[in-house]
Amino acid sequence: MDILNALVAILNFVVIPAASYGAQLALGALGVTLIYGILRFSNFAHGDTMAFGTALVILVTWGLQAIGISLGPLPTALLALPIGIALCAVFVLATDRVVYRFYRRKRSDPIILVMASVGVMFIMNGLTRMTPKIGVNEVRFDDGARFLISVQEFKAWTGLNEGLALRVSQALTLVVTALACWALFRFLNRSRAGKAMRAYSDNEDLALLSGIDPERVVRLTWIIATALAVTAGTLYGLDKSFKAFNYFQILLPIFAAAIVGGLGNPLGAVAGGFIVAFSEVAVTYPWKKIAAYLGFQSDGMLQLLSTEYKFAVSFVILIVVLLFRPTGLFRGKSV
Amino acid sequence: MSHTRQAEASNPWRAPLLFLVLAVLFVLEGSFRSALFSGSWNTALGILNMGLISAIMVLGVNMQWGYAGLFNAGVVGFLALGGLAPVLVSTAPVAGAWAAGGPRVILALAVGLGTLALAALAWRRIAGPLRVVAMIAVLVAGFVLYRYLFDPAVAAIEANNSAAAGNIGGLGWTVLLSWPVGALFAAAAAWGVGKVALGLRSDYLAIATLGIGEIIVAVMRNEEWLARGVKNMSGIPRPVPYELDLQSDPGFVAKAAEWGMDPGTASGIWVKLMYAGLFGAVLLALILLAELALKSPWGRMMRAIRDNETAAEAMGKHVTRRHLQIFVIGSAVIGLAGAMMVTLDGLLSPNSFNPLRYTFLIWVMVIVGGSGNNWGAVLGAVLIWFLWIKAEVWGPELMRLITLPLPEGAFRSHMLGGAPHMRFIALGLVLLLVLRFAPRGLVPEK
Amino acid sequence: MASPYLSATDMRGGYGKADILNGCTLTVDKGQIAVIVGPNGAGKSTAMKAVFGMLNLREGRVTLGGEDITALTPQERVRKGMGFVPQTHNIFPTMTVEENLEMGAYIREDDYRDTMAQVYELFPAVADKRRQNAGELSGGQRQQVAVGRALMTRPSLLMLDEPTAGVSPIVMDELFDRIIEVARTGISILMVEQNARQALEIADVGYVLVQGANRYTDSGSALLADPEVRRTFLGG
Repeated sequence: MDILNALVAILNFVVIPAASYGAQLALGALGVTLIYGILRFSNFAHGDTMAFGTALVILVTWGLQAIGISLGPLPTALLALPIGIALCAVFVLATDRVVYRFYRRKRSDPIILVMASVGVMFIMNGLTRMTPKIGVNEVRFDDGARFLISVQEFKAWTGLNEGLALRVSQALTLVVTALACWALFRFLNRSRAGKAMRAYSDNEDLALLSGIDPERVVRLTWIIATALAVTAGTLYGLDKSFKAFNYFQILLPIFAAAIVGGLGNPLGAVAGGFIVAFSEVAVTYPWKKIAAYLGFQSDGMLQLLSTEYKFAVSFVILIVVLLFRPTGLFRGKSV
Repeated sequence: MSHTRQAEASNPWRAPLLFLVLAVLFVLEGSFRSALFSGSWNTALGILNMGLISAIMVLGVNMQWGYAGLFNAGVVGFLALGGLAPVLVSTAPVAGAWAAGGPRVILALAVGLGTLALAALAWRRIAGPLRVVAMIAVLVAGFVLYRYLFDPAVAAIEANNSAAAGNIGGLGWTVLLSWPVGALFAAAAAWGVGKVALGLRSDYLAIATLGIGEIIVAVMRNEEWLARGVKNMSGIPRPVPYELDLQSDPGFVAKAAEWGMDPGTASGIWVKLMYAGLFGAVLLALILLAELALKSPWGRMMRAIRDNETAAEAMGKHVTRRHLQIFVIGSAVIGLAGAMMVTLDGLLSPNSFNPLRYTFLIWVMVIVGGSGNNWGAVLGAVLIWFLWIKAEVWGPELMRLITLPLPEGAFRSHMLGGAPHMRFIALGLVLLLVLRFAPRGLVPEK
Repeated sequence: MASPYLSATDMRGGYGKADILNGCTLTVDKGQIAVIVGPNGAGKSTAMKAVFGMLNLREGRVTLGGEDITALTPQERVRKGMGFVPQTHNIFPTMTVEENLEMGAYIREDDYRDTMAQVYELFPAVADKRRQNAGELSGGQRQQVAVGRALMTRPSLLMLDEPTAGVSPIVMDELFDRIIEVARTGISILMVEQNARQALEIADVGYVLVQGANRYTDSGSALLADPEVRRTFLGG
């Protein structure tokens, strides 16, 4: 019985939260890695793209709610998501046209593009801060049902001491992420446009020789990366809450995930997202209760690091990978 | 300086003219009361002082970027680390804190560092499959020992007079001494990061520094034993007199009356002028050192490396080692600025260390000033700092004008409420415009 | 006599201020193999890149099948029937062999399965590895993929920049055999080679370039027989 309790506790406090957080990171890291593979720079504005896009989704959600549209048990934001993605993609494409294209044509050093992305980050950050009713506040925009499985129900069913909760937002995160990854990989591996993207990422000059239109590839990349970013941001916001600054901070674990997986490697980005999330949760979770179920009594909390240091986990993973395998676990681009 | 004059060979009046514009802005701010300017010399000098400190930060970042092309995205961390020094060096010792757990904390930290060193040694010395096992064993054992030593000591220190102190306390030495110490703190952290992330592709350093920046700030926020964390550390001693002391000094009050000012205003201005002198002196000394260094063989080598890394490498220059040097030196300068800033504020408030404000705004200053040029760095820093402060006021004014035709109501008040955030957009635009149309900044290097 | 299929005449130009090509002329007839040889720095690769439009010519003219293509970009020349195999970075390493060939046919709107079958027929070794990533193949097989990729547009002129660089002598012979086979189907070949002697053996026309200009032009066998050429460029 205690073993079962321990398992349920692990599932409830570690596996489920880490899996949904990992899925959100994976979507973010996929965007970062795609942009890196095609445009060849680390996009510092990615966190703020997530924030800006999510703010748009929230506004659309409120609009839909105001005219009485909802999705029943599912959050209305799901319905608003495509509209938010479209609006955000238009903005991102505009930044490419006005900002990045110039440096791409000049074949500028990647670090100049990184610097330009800092400028875009400032602008998107300012726009998010100026969004009516959202700004710098903490906003909750989840509606519909809260739980798929609630603690009480679970305890009643199983008779265990430990409860298990699965929130709708968590289940939704996993389902949406799985769908998004399936669609993305199918697109990259099966479609002509997706293969052209991979070819361009692999060998830009040869792609040009083969008649692949670079501008088209770049546009497609921005749209896909934005769609993934806004989806990740919306799921993260539904799961926790929306606060613009948190989206800036999530940039670090996202970069860590992308680098761990190998920058430019989409499969690696997904794996990296889960590696970072599971490490973060496992290291900052107090294991005292679970240890007690397994027969180890402890005075301490058995917490390796306090939650405030969760970013340190991404950082340490990042450093370890940089030290021992700079191209990432799945061999991304080194240059 | 001749270097600068050479730089403006095409237009020798550009830099002086820009500095003149800056001076006029400050005079307007100090003396011309209106919707746009405060008309208070106290405010103007306040902006100037922080502008001078920003100039030192920019000088540090500019060494890394302008001389070596390194993108440090963790300026805020090095700054915060420098800011720790005034607290540890110059605040008064806390009674009982050291006895409660001081030596044990030091021992714990030594064990922590020793563990890392031992792990690195194990990795280097042991061959074969045992290597990974040995390293992990060292790390795990070291971590357990570290926590065993560290946790009780920290609990004891934090329990000691927790309402008013709860921290390890300072040494009570003079605050000016803490400035170089702040530089040392930042340099040590930079060495660690640089050792790992330099020599890889350029974005990796950016991402690694972004991480170390956030971690340092998190440490400052949470480690209450160190500097009271989010409870803030106030009452950091000053290198200049207090306004209240001046106001109660009959001699100063008489002087103020002579100048035709009330003692309150006069004391504020006097203190700020003293700070300005102090900061200005440090800034000039740094510029002088930087210019001398750039003209030395070392500086020529740095420039050679920057202009063509591959060629320099082929000529047997250790590019990564030089990059590490410049990264450490630049970070030390940032740390120095952090110590100066905390001294000026008299307060260490970890929650105020926001990366947008202290990393990316500094970057806007660097790009606007012109990379590689020290006078450009000063100009960019003071100008952007002035605009950043004033944009908070000007944004709403502008928005009021724009929204004038709109009816009073929810939308207009939203727009007015969001207006102070317009400065983020404005600064982003400035960065992008300069990067695009004047990529070498307002005061380009030759 | 009708004008040759490819004719690049009096080419002058370079990457910067100094010209690398100083009046270089290259012509290839239908189904011919033309080989450019010469000492290091003679501008061999540059001459080929000029033919392909990767270099701005100050003077000179390039015609393909009688049509003046001097002003066209490399991409446009591909559509006109040129295929180019760069010396290095000539495959998509993380894509499968089959995908490499598909990317070669990217500009084709029609059904290209026949062409792919022909390429596999020509290079049976890579046909067996069509599902494998091209980056995992051996050096010789990668070159075959690279040539195959260029053949996917059904070019009338195939240009190869040192196809045998860094491969073993056996693989080199194999590759040359394949190139002869390609030429037999009516495709003209223009090739830059370091292994001058072996390349001239299969060449219908040989160009010896020195300092960006033609020094000797003759049939491959005649150049091999010329004692002057042998002494100066073929090491005896």
